[in-house]
Amino acid sequence: MASLVGSRVERKEDKRLLTGKGRYTADINISNQTYAAFVRSPHARAKIKKVDTSKALKASGVVSILTGEEIANDKIGGLIAGWAIRSEDGSEMKVPANPPLAKDSANFVGEPIAVVFAESLDEAKAAADLVNVDYKILKGVINTADAMKGETIHEGIDKNLCYDWLLGDRKAVEEAFAKADKIIKVDLINNRCVPNAMEPRACVVDYNTASEEITLYTTSQNPHLSRLIMSAFGGVAPENKLRVVAPDVGGGFGSKINVYNEEIVCSWASKKIERPIKWVAERTESFLTDTHGRDHVTHAELAITNEGKFLAFKNETTANLGAYARVFGTVTPTYLFGPCATGVYIIPAAYTNVKAVYTNTAPVDAYRGAGRPEATYTIERLVEKAAMELGIDRTEIRMRNFPTEFPFKQTLVHTVDSGDYVAGLEKAKQMSDYAGFEERRKKSVANGKLRGIGVSSYFEACGIAPSAVVMSLGCGVGLWESSEVRFNPTGQVSVFTGAHSHGQGHDTTFAQIAADELGISLEAVDVVHGDTDKGTFGMGTYGSRSLAVGGIAIVNACRKIVAKGKRVAAKMLEVSEDEIDFKDGEFVVTKSNKKKTIGEVAFACYLPGSRDSEFKSPLPEGEEPGLIETSFFDPANFSFPAGSHIAEVEIDPETGEVKVEKYTAVDDFGRIVNPLVVEGQVHGGIAQGIGQALHENTEYDETGQLITASYMDYTMPRADNFPEFNLGFTCTHATSNPLGVKGCGEAGAIASPPAIMNAVIDALGGQEISMPATAEKVWKACKVLKKSNSKAA
Amino acid sequence: MKTFNYHAAKDVKEASKLASNSSAFLAGGMTSIPSMKLGLATYKDVIDIKHIKKLSGIKVSGKSVTVGATTKHAEVASSKDVKKAIPSLAKLAGGIGDAQVRNRGTVGGSIANNDPSACYPSACMALNAIIHTNNRRIEASKFFKGMFETALKKGELIEAVEFKIPEKSNYQKHPNPASRYAIVGVYLAKHKKEVNVAVTGAKSSVYIDKDLSKALSSSFSSSAIDGMELDSSEMNSDIHASAEFRASLVTTYAKKAVEAC
Repeated sequence: MASLVGSRVERKEDKRLLTGKGRYTADINISNQTYAAFVRSPHARAKIKKVDTSKALKASGVVSILTGEEIANDKIGGLIAGWAIRSEDGSEMKVPANPPLAKDSANFVGEPIAVVFAESLDEAKAAADLVNVDYKILKGVINTADAMKGETIHEGIDKNLCYDWLLGDRKAVEEAFAKADKIIKVDLINNRCVPNAMEPRACVVDYNTASEEITLYTTSQNPHLSRLIMSAFGGVAPENKLRVVAPDVGGGFGSKINVYNEEIVCSWASKKIERPIKWVAERTESFLTDTHGRDHVTHAELAITNEGKFLAFKNETTANLGAYARVFGTVTPTYLFGPCATGVYIIPAAYTNVKAVYTNTAPVDAYRGAGRPEATYTIERLVEKAAMELGIDRTEIRMRNFPTEFPFKQTLVHTVDSGDYVAGLEKAKQMSDYAGFEERRKKSVANGKLRGIGVSSYFEACGIAPSAVVMSLGCGVGLWESSEVRFNPTGQVSVFTGAHSHGQGHDTTFAQIAADELGISLEAVDVVHGDTDKGTFGMGTYGSRSLAVGGIAIVNACRKIVAKGKRVAAKMLEVSEDEIDFKDGEFVVTKSNKKKTIGEVAFACYLPGSRDSEFKSPLPEGEEPGLIETSFFDPANFSFPAGSHIAEVEIDPETGEVKVEKYTAVDDFGRIVNPLVVEGQVHGGIAQGIGQALHENTEYDETGQLITASYMDYTMPRADNFPEFNLGFTCTHATSNPLGVKGCGEAGAIASPPAIMNAVIDALGGQEISMPATAEKVWKACKVLKKSNSKAA
Repeated sequence: MKTFNYHAAKDVKEASKLASNSSAFLAGGMTSIPSMKLGLATYKDVIDIKHIKKLSGIKVSGKSVTVGATTKHAEVASSKDVKKAIPSLAKLAGGIGDAQVRNRGTVGGSIANNDPSACYPSACMALNAIIHTNNRRIEASKFFKGMFETALKKGELIEAVEFKIPEKSNYQKHPNPASRYAIVGVYLAKHKKEVNVAVTGAKSSVYIDKDLSKALSSSFSSSAIDGMELDSSEMNSDIHASAEFRASLVTTYAKKAVEAC
């Protein structure tokens, strides 16, 4: 039987999703439902003096209006930070309370203050306009770099500082810097991005007054985790009385990890008003209140020798958390960032210091790559600058500092189990015709254009993962994953997973894995996810973990099925277990060639006996009937995808427009389950990274208004912003899991911003320019370049 | 959205009669419907003119191209007659918004709205267009009065726009990267006796850049305007482009337009 793992199987979910047969949260309607409209703060920072609902309550169709006071009276808990981070001085991080409806103060534009439930959406919205909130407007703290100098936002949190974290050895770094031939420095801003999932957030809540069970349909990347948080921290309902269903979800990119105000409020309120509730975010609500990504201000230095050997690295970063610390908000700029800060290089001494600050802006949390794009951007800018200053070819300087032996113990945290960084870069050079670049540059210049090339070599730690490690670093939960594999009596299989697909293609790839393991057809396997009432508990999908953690739980559960099947087949075939081989779905007696298919064995497990079996069971003594197995997989290590991307841009100096002419990506994701799905993931990641580098412009004004809160002003990249991506792969297997897989969801977004920016800066003669490299910024830099060129001439 | 009375007018006379201080004509609805949805505009009466056959269609004579007010951008973009007579006009129409907008949006709607960053007003100005309404003919230079303002009076309905066929012409646009409206759009038209450089997006309303037009009238070559620095004091400035950048873009795209002619 040909292996399904490794083949370009078309996505099983696409027929459903592309023909309008998907079932998203907004598609769900419960009879007698009410519609929710939230009253949100129009101010970045204000004291809430009074919330007057009297006029709104009289408006047509209004069922109920609830405020921060009522939710506080009912002792419903607030939103939480999932990771506890300690400062360098040993003190615990400082986290403000984040009530689901703000009662005393509002801390960012869009923060919910009250909620109106009405018989129709129009009536709910109209009544929300009539809720009169009396604010005392305060001066907001907006800017990341100045946040520590601003007024204190949260009482008791001095300098708006959540923590001042250190990873690494300052002394060793300073010693190495003292001996360096040269020190390369960069000052960088990693621009804030709005995740912009195609499907806005939504929730539908159905409370059963008799069973007292709340069913929450929601746009979540991790329904089980959402239930745990809402139950344990929110106190909304005990876990057995709260069912969370995340049906089809249209993209998350990290923004749907969090349990949000609206989900807690609507779940609590549905019980209170004894009516079902529906809420669907409008696009502007998404812009204002979805967790944002990135937003770092960084100063970094690399100590090098004249030969281009790297000696030491330091990174001083201020990371903006926004108004509150959320689930992955505090870990993104620390343990997801610092350990990857030295990139794919041997750098004997290093440290990363991060000050995480609160501001009066939307909370910042994980966004595709989470910490690793920020780390990669910093080191890859430094490396490119070092090559430029030393006059060493940008690929050569990288090769000189790559580790060539694996496992590679990094200076800071990770032991990278496998990789071949040289092979990846060599392949990228060849695929991108790196050698022919200068000719192409000349042609561009002859046409009055500028051309630049940029390289980005990256690795990332994903497949997050090892519970003992992450919990010792402050994570509130273990990050294992689970699966249940359930044979039906008639031979089909349901694979339950705690991972969640919101675009990743699990229906297909997980089915490929199970079908291969069990030797059955792809059509006989259905993947079930996204419902806390179905299957085992799981941690959800983020951090490129679904395959490397969740996929392995499926493998292991399938292997338990096969192990039981073997015991049963041995009994049925009247041989001992070790005389049986399992291959292509058949238990075969090696000597006699007698066999039972796995379907026959499953049938026997469910119907253990027959009219003429003379009371004999096909099951070995003590074996239970049925064929269902569960596995919880907790890997021993993270997985470490890596690769090299090469971008080539052409700039029109008169208009400042940057055109990405060529983009080559060579990635090592270990074993690839489905190249079609992986290529799709890489395309999406690169597009998102190019969006960050060239287009996406999250801008708050000085009063904290998000002035790019719609697609009229926020530049979402479109298909015509991209060239055809040229993809290649190398392969070294991960050693931490039996499939040898590493994870591919975030790599594109990690590698591409520095590749693009290095190319833009190369075209601009080495002038620093910040992301996004928009037309006007580039045009200005071109004018400077023209001046300096004419001076030189 | 607030409730309103919807009227499907069967002819221009009826449409005009229904008009009041609190009414709007509805053609493609590409601006009016979102405005109503967002609560930025409220009307008592919405008068749909899409069903008035007379208002739609393209006529080409030896001297001009006349486009009916409710003719969609997609129809202008794909019209063989327009492509032959004034290719730049077809190009302009084909670059407005996206496919959905081009399949609904109309020339009459675009110029009646007179958005400072809309494309069509620049074509009207450069091509010495005559705007035919239900009771008069208005020259383009007297039609566009200021930001979202036109010479149209209450109940006055655009029936067609008559564009003069130039010797040569070209339209160049620097799109807003987010909305794809014009940050700067330059419509260049070389007529027998004059060159018009009409600019949209740069100021509060479309205008003819006199300096560029004059320079190109005396010498129709990009070198005639190369490096010409325009006064940016009245130009728009926003998060996507400063006034200084816009001023530079006007000259740059005027040059590109000359080179493309």
